[in-house]
Amino acid sequence: MSYLPYALAVWLFVVGLYGVVTSRNLIHLVVCLTVMQSSTYVLLLSIGYVNRATAPIFADVPRGTRAVDPVVQALTLTDVVVGVAVAALLLALSMQVQKHLGTTDPDELQQMHG
Amino acid sequence: MTRQARIGLFAVSAAGLAALMLWGASGLPSFGHYRGPYGQIVNHVAPSERHVTNVVTAVVFDYRGVDTLGEEFILFAAAMGVALLLREVRDPRARRNDRVSSDAVRLAGVGFAAGLFVLGLSVVAHGPITPGGGFQGGVVLASAFALVYLAGDYRSYRKLTPSFGIDLAKGTGLGVFTVVGIVSLLLGTGYLHNFGPLGTAGTLASGGTISILNIATGLEVMAAFVLLFTEFLEELAVTRAPR
Repeated sequence: MSYLPYALAVWLFVVGLYGVVTSRNLIHLVVCLTVMQSSTYVLLLSIGYVNRATAPIFADVPRGTRAVDPVVQALTLTDVVVGVAVAALLLALSMQVQKHLGTTDPDELQQMHG
Repeated sequence: MTRQARIGLFAVSAAGLAALMLWGASGLPSFGHYRGPYGQIVNHVAPSERHVTNVVTAVVFDYRGVDTLGEEFILFAAAMGVALLLREVRDPRARRNDRVSSDAVRLAGVGFAAGLFVLGLSVVAHGPITPGGGFQGGVVLASAFALVYLAGDYRSYRKLTPSFGIDLAKGTGLGVFTVVGIVSLLLGTGYLHNFGPLGTAGTLASGGTISILNIATGLEVMAAFVLLFTEFLEELAVTRAPR
């Protein structure tokens, strides 16, 4: 089952996308988007994983110990923090939509401006 | 396009997308057998080249520092966007609903908040040494302020987080990051090239500019998250105001 982590990333992405497409509420849509985004964390971290390796931190282990890839971990780290801030921005936009148009259903928004 | 037609179209394209992604994943190295050279080279050279023991921090604030600067601008812009969007429609005359909890909850809350704040400082400060750093520690620091609101009331939360102080911390964090990059340019090296005294690995003052950028990031992340909390809490206080 050595491809299971990659399959998990694909599953998270597709199931999140399904939620985005079928969503009837903007708040729900933003949550689905964060599910989609979490697939990138799983993918990045599982790509960089090395069997029987330690974390890329050499405070307690001697230098040269086999460690997992630090680059994908750094990418994931910044991604998590920035992802939360962007989700907050989208939620603020949803609140504005509710205030101005009185609905959070994306389908109704389409009818209003269609 | 009707809802049914859209979902039908999505089902067909999603099946195609899933197949494409699974095909792509099958071309990846088997889990646990990654042999990418870049990460392994960084693992070997970073401890001796940059005097840090946490290689992830070295990647974030040194080898891929420009990338992190971009991420910080995204964070900055997103937090400013939230403030801009939510402040626009707020009625300044609305009454604040201020919930006051019991003394026991307040006392415990203050104790936890203080502990959490110290923990956050420690996580930021030890970024170049052990797991942690500006991004993680900044979020912990911000959650200490959120705890003050949860256990106490909105007024004490706002007293601890004056808008001017938060804006100052946010601007300073991003400004220091940018200026450090410009200084390295003036020294004749590449943008954000590490130029500080590297110090001894495993001590708080190690890693040269990595330490500075790490603390600047902690400041900016903390301020950005406190700003987000403030804007959403302000909404809550206004919409729940008693008539």
